[in-house]
This record gives sequence, C-alpha cells and structure tokens, in this order.
Amino acid sequence: MIKSTRSRAIVIITFVLALLLTIVSIGFGSVHISIPDILKTLVNGREDGIFTTIVWDIRLPRVLLALIIGANIAISGALLQAVMGNPLADPGLTGVTSGAAAFVLLIMLAKPEYIQLVPIAAFVGGIIAASIVYALAWRKSGITPITIILSGVAVNALCGGIIGFLSIMYSDRLPSAVQWLNGSLAAKGHSALQMIYVYAIIGWILSIFAIRKANIIRLGDQVAVNLGENVTRIRIVLSILAVFLAAISVAAIGMIGFVGLIVPHMARLLVGSDYKYMLPMSMAMGAILVLVADTVGRTLFAPLDIPAGIIMAIIGGPYFLYLMRKKAF
Amino acid sequence: MLQIEQLSIRYEQKEVVHNFSFDVQKGEILSIIGPNGSGKSTILKAVARMLPYCSGTITFDQKNMRTLASKEIAKKMCILSQRNQAPSDITVRNLVAYGRYPHKKWFERLNDEDYAIVDWALEKTHLTHYQDQSIAALSGGESQRAWIAMALAQKPEILLLDEPTTYLDIAHQHEILELVRELNRETGLTVVMVLHDLNQASSYSDRIVVVKDGHCVQKGTPEEVMTEQMIQSTYKMEAEIQHVVWDTAPRIQLKNTVRS
Repeated sequence: MIKSTRSRAIVIITFVLALLLTIVSIGFGSVHISIPDILKTLVNGREDGIFTTIVWDIRLPRVLLALIIGANIAISGALLQAVMGNPLADPGLTGVTSGAAAFVLLIMLAKPEYIQLVPIAAFVGGIIAASIVYALAWRKSGITPITIILSGVAVNALCGGIIGFLSIMYSDRLPSAVQWLNGSLAAKGHSALQMIYVYAIIGWILSIFAIRKANIIRLGDQVAVNLGENVTRIRIVLSILAVFLAAISVAAIGMIGFVGLIVPHMARLLVGSDYKYMLPMSMAMGAILVLVADTVGRTLFAPLDIPAGIIMAIIGGPYFLYLMRKKAF
Repeated sequence: MLQIEQLSIRYEQKEVVHNFSFDVQKGEILSIIGPNGSGKSTILKAVARMLPYCSGTITFDQKNMRTLASKEIAKKMCILSQRNQAPSDITVRNLVAYGRYPHKKWFERLNDEDYAIVDWALEKTHLTHYQDQSIAALSGGESQRAWIAMALAQKPEILLLDEPTTYLDIAHQHEILELVRELNRETGLTVVMVLHDLNQASSYSDRIVVVKDGHCVQKGTPEEVMTEQMIQSTYKMEAEIQHVVWDTAPRIQLKNTVRS
C-alpha cells in the first residue's frame, strides 16, 4: 500500500527536481553557463549582462516550452486513462495527436493566412479523432486495450494519409511545416510560448477540478452512478479537457509521442492511482521528461538539434514494449 | 417507501421483465428470489437507475424517480453489486469516504462530520482495524464488507444488494447477512436484496418476492411464499418445507429435480 504522506512527499520532491533541472538545463548549449551565472541572470531580470540574451531570449523560453508541453501531454494521458479506464489511452496512440496535427497542417499549408487559428484547428482535429476512437472502441463492457489500439491504428492511418496528401499538394510550403510537425522545440521559443502558456494554465486549473471526478470514475461506472454522478457527462468533459491539453501542445510544437503513455504509468508506480497525487505527479514528471529529452536532443549531437519528439520515440518505443512484456495492461 | 408499478424492462429488443409490481415498506428486509435468468437482478438494477426501463413507474417517497436528480437519489438509495472492482491500491478508508461524495458539492471537501460518518461505517462493518489496508489485501468477505461500509457512508435510507453473498464462502455469507440484519434492526435501514439461497431468503427476510421469467409469481412473508408448490413451479425442484419450533422462518429441504 502506498501511504498518502509518502505520495505527497514524492510529488513535492519531483516538483523540486523539475525546478532544479530547469535551472541546470539552461546552462547546457553551445555556450556553457554555470549555475551561479544562470541564477544571477535570472534574478537580475533583463538588465544587461553577458548571458542576458542567451538566457532570457533563447534558453529560458525553450526550457519553459518543454516543461509546459511535457506537463500538458502527461496530464492529457492521465485524464484519458481515467476516462477510458485503460492504461493505453495516450493522446498519441489514440490518434488525438495526429488528428490535431492533420488539422494544423491543413491551416499551415492550405490556408496560411489563417495561421492564428492553429490552436483551434488542433483542438477540432483532436476532438474528431477522439470521437472516432470512442465510436470504434467503445463496447458495452467499456474500452479494452485491443480495441483502443486498433481504433488508434485506424485514426493514425487516416490522419497520416491526410498529412501525406497535404504534403504533396503543397510541397512548396512543406519545409517549415515539417520542422513544426516533428516535435522539435528549436527556434520556437517565444512565439510558441506566448501562444500556449495562457491555454496551458487554464487547462491545468481545470485539471485540478477534474481530480475528484477522475477518481470517481476509476471506481467503475456502476459505483459512479450509484454515487449520483452522470458518468457520460464526466467522460465527455474530461475527454474534452484532455484533448484540449494535447491539442494546444501539438499546435505549439507538433507531435511528441509516448509522454502521455509513459509518464502516467511511472507516476502510478510511484504514488499510486489516486489522482490527487497521480495527476500532479504526472504533470511534474511529464515536464521533466520532455525537458530532459529536449536538452539531450540539443546537446548530445550538437551542433545538430535532434527534435524532442524523436528522442521520445526512441525512449518510448522500448518502454511500450516493456509494458507489454510486463502485461501492465 | 418504494413502489414499483407495472415495470417492464427490455434488454436488446427482448422484453425480459413484464408488468412487474411490488412495493417496499420502510424498515423491512425484502428479498427477491427466482431462478437464473428470471430477471431479478435486472429489476434491482432498474430500480437503482443502472438500467433503463421502457414502461412503468418507480415511486420513491411519493416522487417519481425519473423526476429526481441522480445525486438526490444517491443520498437516499444505494446499490451494491455482486462484484465490485476498485483500483487495487485504494485504502479501505478512502473507498468508504467516497460514499460521502453525494452529500458534497463538487468543490466541497469532506469535513469532520463526514469523517465521523466514515468512522461509524467502518466500525459497523468491523473494518476499523483494516482501514489503512488496501482493498487488494482483503479477503472476499472483508472486501464485500468494505463496499457495504461505503454504502453506509452514503447514509442511505434504502440499500439494494444484488446477490451480496454469491462469491463468498458460507462463513462469509453468514457474516454479511448477519450484518445486514443488524443494520436493519439497529438503524432502521430498509433493505432489498436479490438472493439465491432459499433458506437464507427465508430466514433473513420480512417479505419475499418470487420472480420467474420476468413475471412476479408470488409475494408475501416467508411462511406464505415458501411452499412446496412454489418451489416446484418456480425451480422445478421437489422440496419439503420444515417448521422448527425455535424459528419462525420455514426451512426448505430440497429433494429431487422434477423431470418434465
């Protein structure tokens, strides 16, 4: 049994760790900055200093973006898992991410004049993908791992087809879109951060209110009805919130897979399945994971900048196999 | 306190319960018995709003249940299924505490009064010592008690039990039914339960409703209902009804299956 005091301590430690890693990772890059210098630059604000531009204009926005994206996708996965009652419900595997990506590409390539609509397009695409998954995967007894994977395959294939089609139709505009699509945080810094942070904070606040409902539906539909809850409404509202968090992340940086699968699973191992701890834990761990993936991606093969999405796929694929081997679902 | 009138329930186009009527008096234990597939659990689930019904009315405290908000019903009525699954790492105390949620607004936290009720429910079900254990670590009987404790924390006026003893050995069956009786006598809790065992139904119920093929065959006190004729027509079994001096409940001795 996992004691709640222990779970609370682990969550707090993880948030502290996230903060420390944030500061440390600002130091990494072509110009190495020592931790005292980072702290000095952060404390002094935008006053002139040797590292001001690097820290404030380049590294910090990118690091914050990584944290926000990671937190968003991990929370999204945790919520989808509660809603679908299934540990495989991840925005990537279910096709929510690629649905959002297909719609974003549609705007970027076909109607670039409406570029401000990208977050909304991502949301619409994600909702459509999630609806298809529900329609395909939902059986009387709920959603089983098999049906979720199969319907995810179908949705991902469909969206892949749309993305491929758009790429050929608008091949002249493709390079910038591809750079966006593959989950890279490079050169996105300020603009992506500005686009996403308000949405993200709204999403996080709403997630706090989702904790009790997520806890109730994990007791099973019958128990939830017995407690006077409208199970269908909870499912719809929590799904919309999960899709929203995943979609704004896609709108900002494209597709990063597996975060929503790996992180809630690890969080559950560490703090148990009570969403009061599991959700904040997922948030902190997701932030750490994407931050580390991005920092590794941009430093290990410097001057090459490997997109965080690719690093996540390399970590995530084997982890997924490990989960299957362990029969975790 | 609960009237079921002309209830018909369809399951995938097929009507499985037909014009079923019975009522439940405040403070009684009423058992629904009948063969497998007779529709007894279906009726209980429809009453508990787990299943839709196509016609008929269910009246609870003079109000049509369809007009009541689910949360309002949850404050007064609670159903316990045959088998419940919970996340394995949830503690008994936390599970029981969920029973307080119908009484809370969506943002409200549990207060001292709620925790006092949780303590009471744990004590009533003799789970106080197990409260910090996880559900997965409990035996079948203990975990069934934990779910009953959660139901008690809801402070219902009426408790519906769907075959509460099915997956338990005889000692735990006895324990659960004794607990139900104790709660009924001490707190005036009204109980409606679906049971398989005729002797259990006979000795623990104030009244019994017999269901066969979705029809109400008979209802009344155990003495009225438990007849050789009823058992033969309902279960296709020959039986002997015995009366013992130390108990008013008739005892049923099953003999042979009737071949038709």
